[in-house]
Amino acid sequence: MKDKTTPSLETSKKDEKRYSTLNLGPTHPATHGIFQNVLTMDGETILGAEQTIGYIHRAFEKIAERRPYYQITTLTDRMNYCSSPLNNIGWHLAVEKLLGVETNKRIDYMRIIVMELARISDHLICNSVIGVDSGALTGFIYVFEEREKIYEIYEELCGARLTTNLGRVGGFDRDFSPTAIRKIRELMKRLPKILHEFENLLMRNRIFMDRTINVGSISAERALNYSFTGPCLRAAGVDYDVRVNEPYSSYNDFDFIVPIGQNGDTYDRFCVRETEMWESMKLINNALENMPEGKFNAEVPAFYMPPKEEVYSKMEPLISHFKMVMGEIDVPKKEIYHAVEGGNGELGFYVVSDGGRTPYRLHFRRPSFIYYQAYPEMIVGSTISDAILTMSSMNIIAGELDA
Amino acid sequence: MSKEELKQYLEVTYPDLEVKETVNFPLLLVNKEDVIPVLTKLKDASETRFNFLFCETAVDRNPNFEVIYHLTSTYYHHDLEVKVILEDRENPVIDSVYGLWEAADLYEDEIYDMFGIRFKGHPNLRRIMLTDEWNGFPLRKDYQDDKIISL
Repeated sequence: MKDKTTPSLETSKKDEKRYSTLNLGPTHPATHGIFQNVLTMDGETILGAEQTIGYIHRAFEKIAERRPYYQITTLTDRMNYCSSPLNNIGWHLAVEKLLGVETNKRIDYMRIIVMELARISDHLICNSVIGVDSGALTGFIYVFEEREKIYEIYEELCGARLTTNLGRVGGFDRDFSPTAIRKIRELMKRLPKILHEFENLLMRNRIFMDRTINVGSISAERALNYSFTGPCLRAAGVDYDVRVNEPYSSYNDFDFIVPIGQNGDTYDRFCVRETEMWESMKLINNALENMPEGKFNAEVPAFYMPPKEEVYSKMEPLISHFKMVMGEIDVPKKEIYHAVEGGNGELGFYVVSDGGRTPYRLHFRRPSFIYYQAYPEMIVGSTISDAILTMSSMNIIAGELDA
Repeated sequence: MSKEELKQYLEVTYPDLEVKETVNFPLLLVNKEDVIPVLTKLKDASETRFNFLFCETAVDRNPNFEVIYHLTSTYYHHDLEVKVILEDRENPVIDSVYGLWEAADLYEDEIYDMFGIRFKGHPNLRRIMLTDEWNGFPLRKDYQDDKIISL
């Protein structure tokens, strides 16, 4: 155990005080995933915590070294499964950077719509679960209907709901159907009303505020030291957003606010996520209004399955079909790092290519893996019920933590 | 500083180190012994102030190992990649940067778990993803396991 969070045995002997050890997890119903924290407790106060992670490690980085680039998309689905389209598109953007592919504005805008929808669904789950852990189940049930609507949109776009495998390297496998666009517009009409009601339930609720303000707070300096990113860092008061700092996918065409908190506590994280949802809606509406005409995929035939009837009748599609299936794709020898603003923060892909069909090395920078290490520091001195609330407000996703 | 300015600054400040360029960032090649002094200077110097270690990972370039640090500054919004090459394959050791950025805690645990690179000065180096009794280090290129089935 670490010294900084654990009282030394000597003092406990001297004070004749008995500390109890409590296993929070691995499968505790309140932790929403497989996390184990061995807590040292003095009565109800937490004195120290030791984390055990790796319960659902699936060796994604190892598997990725044996898979062609286009098959790695399905691995990224299973990291942060609350916003899988975001991970998919992040990976596609990384491969495009590696290949040096330029996409047109229509693809960028389509991607922004999908990514922001994913961000909304991610934040909806996180915020409603903060409500559940503080005892308010109503909001959770209420917004889950909207999450369902977002999943219906995914279904319309790619056929899957949770692990989406959405899009292809260089764009999409198909255009937005009229039904998909109608569903997005309908959602954009419904969501503001629902979100207002959800905020009315919690945001100025006395009980909720008492439970969340000054709970699990972290200062900006400590958060930077721990490499926090995403809503958790912004709640601590640092304006770091990959969409603004390193714009990708034409985010610089749009005007949006990056919300900042002050105390870095649970309430600030809740509010930052709420505001981000409003900003995401603004982005989706803008992108829908200004969507330019054009093709929905860039010219990278090595990453698209050509239509089957063409494969049987024409030469070129047959060649590219064969090349794609056999993985004989020319990829330049490069090292690239590409990051997108995921649901939890900076989701980075460090790809080392030595020219083969598979990456030589692929490292996923998973945001919640990195900021989970600050969790013991954030819960020391608080009670168990607050620790649960802190964890849910950090939105630690087990799949992303262990990869 | 922009990418070019940062590159020039590095060339002037560290004349005996090699400065290169990747697709995204300027790249500084640092000797194994100089990791802590160089990174401390990069973190504290008023021109650079790299206060944010956003990615630390390793690559097995058989027979060498590379440890890679991605740094950014929340003051100036410039990025840098620092690379250290470890030549000792039998017993790769490097100084831990835990004292500079506490985020290195889990990063280095993960690298140790997957590559077997030891970090001197790390407070709690352990296998986090795999079990303690696991044989070998899976992300090394010469890792052998009977359970890997080649298609």
